[in-house]
Amino acid sequence: MSDETRALPLATRHADLGARFAPFAGFSMPMRYSSIKEEHLAVRRALGLFDVSHMGEIEVVGADAVSLVDSVVTNDCSALDIGQAMYTVMCHPDGNVVDDLIVYKLAEDRVFICVNASNRAKDLAHILEHSRGDATITDRGDDFVQLAIQGPLAAQVLDTLTDHDLSSITFFRCAEITLAGAPVLAARTGYTGEDGFELYIPVEHGEQVFDAVSAAGAPHGLLPIGLGARDTLRLEARLHLYGNELSDSINPIEAGLSWVVKLDKSTPFVGQDALRSIKSAGPGRRLRGFHCEGRAIPRPGCSIYAGDEVVGVITSGSLSYMLDTPVALGYVDIEHVKSESLEIDVRGRRVTGRLTTKPFYKTT
Amino acid sequence: MNIPADLRYTESHEWVRLEGDLIVVGITAHAQDAMGDITYVDLPDPGSDLSAKDSLGGVESVKTFSDVYAPVDSSVDSINEDLEDAPELVNDDPYGAGWLLKLRPENLADVESLMDAQAYEEFLHKDS
Repeated sequence: MSDETRALPLATRHADLGARFAPFAGFSMPMRYSSIKEEHLAVRRALGLFDVSHMGEIEVVGADAVSLVDSVVTNDCSALDIGQAMYTVMCHPDGNVVDDLIVYKLAEDRVFICVNASNRAKDLAHILEHSRGDATITDRGDDFVQLAIQGPLAAQVLDTLTDHDLSSITFFRCAEITLAGAPVLAARTGYTGEDGFELYIPVEHGEQVFDAVSAAGAPHGLLPIGLGARDTLRLEARLHLYGNELSDSINPIEAGLSWVVKLDKSTPFVGQDALRSIKSAGPGRRLRGFHCEGRAIPRPGCSIYAGDEVVGVITSGSLSYMLDTPVALGYVDIEHVKSESLEIDVRGRRVTGRLTTKPFYKTT
Repeated sequence: MNIPADLRYTESHEWVRLEGDLIVVGITAHAQDAMGDITYVDLPDPGSDLSAKDSLGGVESVKTFSDVYAPVDSSVDSINEDLEDAPELVNDDPYGAGWLLKLRPENLADVESLMDAQAYEEFLHKDS
């Protein structure tokens, strides 16, 4: 391993499972163990275990914890119940996206934030610079092993490892529970479009939980899942990836995330004025999905055409294993977002893409 | 990694097998393994003329598209039509059922200039 990448706390477990590693966001990450297709289908049909310990965590503790977080995120933390989570973005003053996050309200004076690994330092600096209120902001990114257990059988398998009634943790709720003998923050969240949980586990208990979940899941078809299938799963579910659908030059309105921008919440927030303007004027482009003809996969940067005119750019593309066709996401100029189909230049050849605003795959 | 002794190899990880006055071309076990699940193989039309090191098409996996290069000056004789419906053959049997295409070299002796198995193995070690 090179000096520039850090090993995950459970790296030897992954190596023992035959993982192929590749650098991602400063970490040496398991990309796949078996094949991306097998891993993808295991999550859709049974369950998969992801080590996503590269993700960052930031904790905000103090009397003003909730309003401090609300001063930098677009969604409304004050509206959450204790034990409730929300998806949100954090924006620059110009309205473009610093990062997308999940915010967990653990107590009136304690908020836990999960951030993208690649943005951990940027997010922390942004929060320290822009937030207002009396609370302590702590980078806890090195303190947790984060495991995601995703798939239709996830709850059933985890249920065997805890006395806590997991059915009481509904979608986007969380609880601090004991699981496999370890104190964990268990959240019913994920990045696959399936039911499942994300577990924040103190590093010293990481192996114990990983081993217990692996053993309990094995008879049900659990596979360890690498970042490769994590990407194909999230794309099929039309979930945004920072660096592709979101960036420092993309705003949440054009990204289709108006639903997390609460312009009228009680705490003013960074980017509010810019986002109000963008929303009232309407964005100049919008994110669209594409069902593609043929087998060639559009890749990030491929141009989208209406006739001879470039009207957009692809941000993500992959084969959808559930549909068995290539799918892609991309930004399309506003004049063309109502088009039924547009053409995508894939290595010099035109591929017809049928536009959609829906997930490519939705679990039933 | 499997590197059959009777084939020739390129630095861009194609293998070449002599078959009469044609050559059969595929990608090596190393190449297919590095790419992961192959979902689509893009091959040229029979009759196309190719210069050595020209991209002749490529192999698409979930993560990336990799060009495949003509090993020598040649024209396309035929392509492996089974790959249209079963691109995974390239993963499952890269030196057999997963062959990509047959080329008619302008000068069959050009094949001699490609690496033999031992040279390719050394090249892989240097490369990694």
